[in-house]
Amino acid sequence: MAEIHFTSHLRNLVPAGPLFAAGATVGEALSNLFAGEPQVRGYVLDDRGALRKHVCIFADGVRLERDAALSCRIGPSSKLYVMQALSGG
Amino acid sequence: MSDRLMVATRKGLFTLTRGGSGWTTKLIGFSGTPVTNALRRNGTVYAALNDGHFGPKLHRSDDDGRHWREIAPPAFPAEAAGAPSLFQIWALDDGGAGRPARLWIGGIPAGLFRSDDGGESWQLMSSLWDVPERARWFGGGYDAAGIHSVSPDPRDPSRVLIAISSGGVWETRDDGVTWAALGKGLVAPYVPPEQAEDPAVQDPHRVSRCAAAPDVMWMQHHAGMYRSTDAGAHWTRLTPPCDDFGFAVAAHPRDAQTAWFVPAIKDECRMPRDGALAVTRTKDGGKSWQVLRQGLPQHDAYDLIYRHGLDVDTSGERLAMGSTTGALWTSDDAGESWRLVNAHLPPIYALRFI
Repeated sequence: MAEIHFTSHLRNLVPAGPLFAAGATVGEALSNLFAGEPQVRGYVLDDRGALRKHVCIFADGVRLERDAALSCRIGPSSKLYVMQALSGG
Repeated sequence: MSDRLMVATRKGLFTLTRGGSGWTTKLIGFSGTPVTNALRRNGTVYAALNDGHFGPKLHRSDDDGRHWREIAPPAFPAEAAGAPSLFQIWALDDGGAGRPARLWIGGIPAGLFRSDDGGESWQLMSSLWDVPERARWFGGGYDAAGIHSVSPDPRDPSRVLIAISSGGVWETRDDGVTWAALGKGLVAPYVPPEQAEDPAVQDPHRVSRCAAAPDVMWMQHHAGMYRSTDAGAHWTRLTPPCDDFGFAVAAHPRDAQTAWFVPAIKDECRMPRDGALAVTRTKDGGKSWQVLRQGLPQHDAYDLIYRHGLDVDTSGERLAMGSTTGALWTSDDAGESWRLVNAHLPPIYALRFI
């Protein structure tokens, strides 16, 4: 299962420490994680299910392009960071 | 002390002039249009506009704003990698000693442009735009990364230091032919931990250099305050007794131990703690700090000072500070006390003593 870390700015929505979710892509892993943590979904994805403009995701150390982030394929031991992009303000 | 200020705002360009009865405010151009920065050099005023509908523009005046002439703004050449388009002129700086016709512009996206004819024509520093590390730059406050600080070395104008939000601190020592990322000691907590010390992902909000000791630089970073004594190669984290987030920093022009910052609550909050505006100052290189509040609002104040919103004159005694809510203060005693000059200006993007 992918290891998923969230920015501390979402600490009041998701617990500290990594969460774990299965999925062949970033989007699948997040979708599975959101099934158990539905309160955070709207902070990461917009109402059309796209990655929010000022949220960025690193997968195994690589900052993903926003349009391709959710479809990025990951492995069973991938490490994801969901961060606030500084472009947001 | 300098008796004139130029103030670039969301709704035009102003001058403030100090006379016998205090400061007089005058709108000298571009009423209603965002002016993102302004510079006065050799009797010519340059104003960078960001017209909401029609993009970044550049104007010059040779008579302190009575008449303006639009000149060509910098533009990315068609062959620039990534097909960029200039969104905003962010930094507007002179070329340093011995380069009277040189001007620098830092853009959003983070193109660095140079003019050697007083702003009539501009050239992209493709040597910087093409560094492979640019792939790791990203927007800080705006959608794309941008250059906000351009600082030629007063001893040698072919050595220029620039700072990018977010893309770190870069220096050329050969007049722009090659560039190197500096910044050992800077830490970015907004990327995965193994990348936190990567120079190319740092977000220096503003870098200010001591004119008399050019190897001494002060930085307000997205995550902390720093000082360098070797022209940006290494940085030491400073630990004031208050918030260490903010945007603006001003280096004393003659005293390498003195600088001013304007603290705010980090980093998604961005307002003075408890609604009380303060300026922090060190006079001993960051070992000790004064939190200066006299004359500044101490309740219900939500003023934020942007990167270019704090300046000190050549005496080191007079400062000016302009806020996002359109308030402007000056100090004649190195920040010990402040006087409100105008509480009702448009949001202030940049100000400079002229």
